[in-house]
Amino acid sequence: MTLPATTPTTGVQVAKDPSARSTLLRRSLQQMLAFAGLIAIFIVFSIASPVVFPSYTNVIQILFSAVVIGLLALGSTLVIITGGIDLSVGTGMALCAVMAATFIVTWHLPVLLGVVLAILFGGLVGMVNGISVALLKLPPFIATLAMMMVASGLALVVSNKHPIYFDAGAYTDISTGTLIPGSNFPNAILVYAVAAVVAAVLLGRTLLGRYDLAIGSNLEATALSGVNVHKWTIIIYAVAGLFTGLAGVAISARLGSAQPATGQGYELYAIAAVVIGGTSLSGGKGSILGTVIGSLIIAVINNGLQIVSVPQEWQNVILGVVILLAVFADQFRKRT
Amino acid sequence: MPDPGIDAQTALHDPNLLLQAEGVTKTFPGVKALSGMRFDLRKGEVLALVGENGAGKSTLMKLLTGIYPLEEGRFWLEGEPLAVKNPKEAQERGLAIIHQEFNLMPDLTVAQNIFIGREPLTGGFFTRPRALEAQAKELIDRLGLPLDPSAKVATLTVAKQQMVEIAKALSYNARVLIMDEPTAALNDAEVEVLHDLIRRFVTPQTGVVYISHRMPELKRIADRVTVIRDGEYIDTMDMANATLDQVISRMVGRAIDTSARPENVRTDRPVLMRVENLSTKDVLRDVSFDLYEGEILGFAGLMGAGRTEVARAIVGADPRTSGTITLRGKVVNPRNAAEAARFGIGYLSEDRKRYGLMLGHAVSHNIAISSLADKFSRFGFVDDRAIAKAATQQRTNLRIKTPSVAQLVTNLSGGNQQKVVIARWLVKNSDVLIFDEPTRGIDVGAKDEIYHLLNRLASEGKSIIMISSELPEVLRLSHRIVVMSEGRLTGVLSAGEATQESIMALATHPDDDLPPASAADDADHATQEDLR
Repeated sequence: MTLPATTPTTGVQVAKDPSARSTLLRRSLQQMLAFAGLIAIFIVFSIASPVVFPSYTNVIQILFSAVVIGLLALGSTLVIITGGIDLSVGTGMALCAVMAATFIVTWHLPVLLGVVLAILFGGLVGMVNGISVALLKLPPFIATLAMMMVASGLALVVSNKHPIYFDAGAYTDISTGTLIPGSNFPNAILVYAVAAVVAAVLLGRTLLGRYDLAIGSNLEATALSGVNVHKWTIIIYAVAGLFTGLAGVAISARLGSAQPATGQGYELYAIAAVVIGGTSLSGGKGSILGTVIGSLIIAVINNGLQIVSVPQEWQNVILGVVILLAVFADQFRKRT
Repeated sequence: MPDPGIDAQTALHDPNLLLQAEGVTKTFPGVKALSGMRFDLRKGEVLALVGENGAGKSTLMKLLTGIYPLEEGRFWLEGEPLAVKNPKEAQERGLAIIHQEFNLMPDLTVAQNIFIGREPLTGGFFTRPRALEAQAKELIDRLGLPLDPSAKVATLTVAKQQMVEIAKALSYNARVLIMDEPTAALNDAEVEVLHDLIRRFVTPQTGVVYISHRMPELKRIADRVTVIRDGEYIDTMDMANATLDQVISRMVGRAIDTSARPENVRTDRPVLMRVENLSTKDVLRDVSFDLYEGEILGFAGLMGAGRTEVARAIVGADPRTSGTITLRGKVVNPRNAAEAARFGIGYLSEDRKRYGLMLGHAVSHNIAISSLADKFSRFGFVDDRAIAKAATQQRTNLRIKTPSVAQLVTNLSGGNQQKVVIARWLVKNSDVLIFDEPTRGIDVGAKDEIYHLLNRLASEGKSIIMISSELPEVLRLSHRIVVMSEGRLTGVLSAGEATQESIMALATHPDDDLPPASAADDADHATQEDLR
């Protein structure tokens, strides 16, 4: 026999509940794990390339390269938390870039207005996805696969299959200019940082976030609790589309042109970032901070492998293995 | 209890018996589903097996066919011990079981379905469609079924799909046919066809176990009837001599604790909600009733009577084909649960895990979910402090046993999970609470607490609809009792006139050929009145 338990058993005294604490710990562990992974990868590359890799210029470069996938992943996080998926963010981004160019270059609208309209156009694309999923009851995979093709085709149609070039200046400054005088800190990183904070607030502090988590956890129970789940599903997909639109602006501002034939494949990197960040593909839980870390992990790996001269083809192999490891670690932790 | 070994000897010596069960006991964590259950099926007969919801019929069948392992007790088939490990083995031993839910592949043909896994093959790999069809045709003709072997199952009516199941089961040369509620989805003409098929199947070497709630039907098809109640064998009667009321009184004849009775029963309450002519596409037919302020209105009926469907149709979770829902004199007709919630109608599902809770989320979030938009947010921003405060208040109010409202709901016991859902609707300040099986999956001690809670809510002015399959529960709490059968309302009983017998009579007699409810058993009725 073991010694009698010394834990007090009255209701009042167990108020400091060990299991509640352990769930809290477990939840933050999920992010800590991703964060520890990011640090570990960073250290490994810093050892492999002590001069170039950890330099200020290169770190800025890493952050800069994380922006586009990072923005897409923010929206994808919201969608994946509902238990859905959005395959249309890659080509949707290209379409939004083309729309921005159409508004600003072809129609000569003011840059600010053009940017806002391009972002709203992304929201419209997302809204259509949401309607397909919530009202037409299409599986999200199929609905957004179709949208992926539609968007890719429309981008070519609208642009007449040619890249549209922006004048250097206000528009390209959105990505490559800098608000911090005398530094070479690109605005794109600031845009991403602000977008990430907005997404985190949306998820953590607003009705949208609560309903997002509830829908993903148990759609039917949420509906029977008196939440209009159709309306909120559409809103969530539409908001995800706004981030796609912003990514379209960011990438075209960086390239100085809208490239209609691009975008395919970005959606998978966005999903990878979300998953590495610990958001569950089955829905109901997830975090923006995790997704940001996930996006950074992808950027660090790509950048680091380039610097230590690993051939491009091997970079994908390694990234794939990292995704497997991340998801496995997450499930292993859940099982134990 | 008798030594099963001795019974084994006697079983070997009675050549008239086809299938026997002795001392069958099955315990699930916390519940004894079967206890010393027995029955015997004679050669050449149809044995009806009847009992209330949850009496243990399905558990018995699952033990018999190896879906659950047999731990205590024995089965014999023609004197041979029978202990199969899985349904396939049961089939090979000659037991054919037709479940309520069919197990067919809708996109395959009748022939393909019947011989799935046993297709005639060339070289062990290539199918032989014509041989398969010929084989199926031979079987179908032998059974005299109106089926086309090349028809796709999806194109068939429910009755014909059932025939496919039967043909499939009998293709194994079954000696015992077991049917679980075979007529639940059939119309009268189809029931006749099924009964013909059963009569043709019964030979001096075979037998049928026929599980059904439909009393009038048993008279026509069954030779004897065995009654189960609360997992125990009660009685076996010859159908020719037994009256239906006798069968019913055996089914419900448990002694119930009459010390706890409905509280605050009054007849002078105003109507809060009026439901008129509620119908749905598949189940409900013209259901009308009133719900008074501060009353507990019990809904009794057998499985499939349509009680859950009433609740879902009221809150708009399922589409209505007709019906008017009036709240305080105003027509509301909610189109979905969101609208119903806004009108103050909350539905608490029987399946809390599936339709009630976000298991992986905090208690507080589960409590707040219905009221986020109207009580716990400003300009779309959620006020977590207000949520925690309201949730903590409800924790005290309902005595939800959780160390903190940040605890995940999945870590709570069934009773406390139920309280979380109740708290949700109290926070929402709903006037109408529809409880579907409020104590399902909740252990005995916690049940009492839920009962007290329901009484308290009613006394505080909430109007409660309580759907329950447990008659003692219905009798203990309900101010009035609505009884349903096959999608229709068959009667409304006051707390005074309701007995187990009167309820069961209304619940099992879909046809109007029955005695008036209150006459079911006057003696018993009187006793209950006296006890109050």
